[in-house]
Amino acid sequence: MTNTQWETLSNQAVAMAGLVYFLALLVHLAEWAALRQPAGERELVAAGESGPGLETVAAQPPRPPSERVAFLGRLGFLLTCVAGAVHFVALLGRGMAADPNRVPWGNMYEFTVSGTFVVTLLYVVLHKRFGLAWMGPLVVGFVLTVLMVAVIWLHDEVAPLTEALNSPWLVIHVVSAVIATGTFTLGGIASIMYLVRQRAERRAADAERDLSGWIARVPELPALDRLAYRVHAFAFPVWTFAVLITGPIWAHEAWSRYWNWDPKEVWAFITWVVYAGYLHARATAGWKGRKAAMLALVGLATLWFNFIGINYFSTTSQHSYAAERVVDEPTAPVALATLW
Amino acid sequence: MSSPDARQEPRPDARARRPGELNARELARWVWRQISSMRTALMLLLMLALAAIPGSVIPQQGVDSLAVTRWKDQHPKLTPLYERLDLFSVYSSPWFSAIYLLLTLSLVGCIVPRVFVYARALRAQPPAAPRNLSRMPVHAAYRTELTPDDVLEQARKVLGRRHRLRVAADGDDAVAAERGYLREAGNLVFHLSVLIVLAGFAVGGLWGYQGGVILVEGSTFSNNLTQYDDFKPGGLFTPQQMKDFRFNVEDFRVDWLKEGPRAGQARKFEADLSYREGESDAKDYTLRVNHPLNVDGTEVFLIGHGYAPVITVRDGKGDVVATGPTVFLPQDATFLSFGVVKAPAAKPGQIGLEGLFYPTFEMVDGDPVTVFGDDLFPTLSMLAFTGDIGLDDGQSQSVYVLDKSEATQVKGEDGKPFRLDLQVGDTVELPDGLGSVTFERVDPWIRVQISQTPGKGVALIGVILALIGLCASLFLRPRRVWVRAVAVAAGPGDTMEGVGGTRVEVAVLDRSGNGEMDEVLATLLAQLQEVRT
Ligand code: HEM
Repeated sequence: MTNTQWETLSNQAVAMAGLVYFLALLVHLAEWAALRQPAGERELVAAGESGPGLETVAAQPPRPPSERVAFLGRLGFLLTCVAGAVHFVALLGRGMAADPNRVPWGNMYEFTVSGTFVVTLLYVVLHKRFGLAWMGPLVVGFVLTVLMVAVIWLHDEVAPLTEALNSPWLVIHVVSAVIATGTFTLGGIASIMYLVRQRAERRAADAERDLSGWIARVPELPALDRLAYRVHAFAFPVWTFAVLITGPIWAHEAWSRYWNWDPKEVWAFITWVVYAGYLHARATAGWKGRKAAMLALVGLATLWFNFIGINYFSTTSQHSYAAERVVDEPTAPVALATLW
Repeated sequence: MSSPDARQEPRPDARARRPGELNARELARWVWRQISSMRTALMLLLMLALAAIPGSVIPQQGVDSLAVTRWKDQHPKLTPLYERLDLFSVYSSPWFSAIYLLLTLSLVGCIVPRVFVYARALRAQPPAAPRNLSRMPVHAAYRTELTPDDVLEQARKVLGRRHRLRVAADGDDAVAAERGYLREAGNLVFHLSVLIVLAGFAVGGLWGYQGGVILVEGSTFSNNLTQYDDFKPGGLFTPQQMKDFRFNVEDFRVDWLKEGPRAGQARKFEADLSYREGESDAKDYTLRVNHPLNVDGTEVFLIGHGYAPVITVRDGKGDVVATGPTVFLPQDATFLSFGVVKAPAAKPGQIGLEGLFYPTFEMVDGDPVTVFGDDLFPTLSMLAFTGDIGLDDGQSQSVYVLDKSEATQVKGEDGKPFRLDLQVGDTVELPDGLGSVTFERVDPWIRVQISQTPGKGVALIGVILALIGLCASLFLRPRRVWVRAVAVAAGPGDTMEGVGGTRVEVAVLDRSGNGEMDEVLATLLAQLQEVRT
């Protein structure tokens, strides 16, 4: 296959993956809708009966889902797997289309497509182990949205890497950054659901009724909290490796300074500090649960801001994927137009 | 902060509330306890994150001093305020330093006592089984026909593989075990490593230096202060640190992409250097982006390139008053470049030239542009000045700027500014018998950064240790396990066969707060009961 064909394949695969994600989303939404229908006979939810520390992540759902709901859930998961596979083909196509062949994360578009793929992959891989079925619509919705943003605003043709990116550290540094980003995102979804469920529980308690609908399928608060912690605890060392070890090593080779307080570095550091704060918060009385979850979301916000926002705020970042720095100072202090 | 706590109350309040209760020593203790509390650490971490933000939005002196100058020009009103708040050098400002120094203090206050606690815990035995195991959050009980001694022996065997066991004493009816001691060790290593990284970072800041210099192909650089264009030493830098070496830029090559979406982008910058360390023999090195040259701990990086047209200026009497490669600075990615030539010794009048260099010149819609960064059709277009070009008063001047305040512009016969447009090999006569200008050829130049970064190895070891400690701290799940076996007499309605039997109670205590103890308990029960089948 020629490079152009690979690139076309990649573009088609992204569109195809988007379509299948969309179908998966529809199926999951149908699943949720089915859950919302008033149950024929309502059993008492055994809330508070299990002693603390006894519930496990998989200790769901409170009442067995109907045949239809279970079927829709399985179908949605299957479609997500298919979409993930097509998504992978899109990445492969990007890498093969470049000359010389390379890893598919040389610009923002490719980084975004890779990052969303990691989210899907982790979801699929951890689905069973952590009982993530309830997360399906959220993950698929998120991936679909971000993919759409990437296609519409970030799309860029396949091109050779700029010289500074042309290094083995690109593979190590960016792979770890992508994995950490995907994982933090997944953890963030768990933290969001913690807050949502807590609110729903409070409302249900106020109205003196049981939790119903899809929110009742989300694991209980302690389990959600623990899930969020575990996912974050996995992502944090990976992020440390990406931004505090491989990043500085590479920066040292490319720009002569391992840490230069460049805006991209600053925000990576902020993200790191906020997540360190999250881990501390979980061990601090009065910060467990709700406040810790909110800190995790602040961390997620800084993470994504760094990835997308900082490029628009700051012109001085050496990490800009778009333009190569031609030369450092000094630059001529003259308005060129005066000459002509 | 929605939960104000006592820690944040200022001292006078505390006094007012409990008059005479705090003497100086208690107060010191109290302050120390607050500083080293987990809550303070959390606050300081969040403050550090907040404090880092301004430096990413406002241009920083150490990162991009040109952007700082530009910003100051655009915001004359805000500039004094920003300067007072150190907003152009956030990361070396007193307030930023204060936060991380407090954090460091808090870290020491927190970690050092815990090191001792940990050392004691390492020597201690796992605590004996609590009287009532069914009070533990995760527990189970079952009956077996084995004797209590057999059960306990089996428990010791099963647990002994991965746990530390409490030494058995006479009359014990239970086994106590504990594991995961390394978690706390990992946590301590992680926090102490943060200090190592800070130390390495500080050493680099104090004794390191970075200098930059532009070198035209064919020129030689020897490593002493006078040869640098710009030089940023650390606070405790001394010139004796500088290593004795020199190198020559033999050749510089760029690979220009001629097609594809990134046509016009340059790749594969390569500079052939020949270098000598002290008096040793010359060695060759191909300097490339991402591949610095390391000479005895000093590193040389290739960080930019450009063009130096070779321009010869003759004065009115025909004498050569300026010649050689003149460094022109690229203005953008097309390598349209700006430069200045000064000939103060020219007679009858001084000559100054400033203008643009087009690597691949073309007229597009009546505008001159460069269509490519490669020098395929190099063209110079310059304006000339005469009179006092400002080199007489002996003040040092940038070679990239022409001081036109006292100079007059050279005009053509039509009264318009005289413009010299030159291709390689061209010579243009200046009006009024001032002289002539010849464009001989174009040489490339490279910009190199030369730096010493002491402490970088320390910092690297620090972060790697921190990562290892972190993983231990996050992934090990310390816990305590107790197994109690008590003989029971068979009661009425008992389903167990035979007389008596043993009641076994098992309890697991999670010490990290994040483990899945039910799974642990289930596995343990299976292992204990294995022997029955
Ligand atoms: C430089 C600043 C600091 C950073 C980057 C940092 C980072 C971290 C991280 C990432 C963890 C998670 C590892 C784990 O859960 O075991 C942690 C845990 C911990 N940190 Fe820090 N820390 C800092 C300062 C401090 C200070 C000043 C204290 C003392 C007040 C402290 C006390 C603790 C404790 C007790 C834990 C264990 C929490 C637990 O049991 O889960 N840290 N820290």
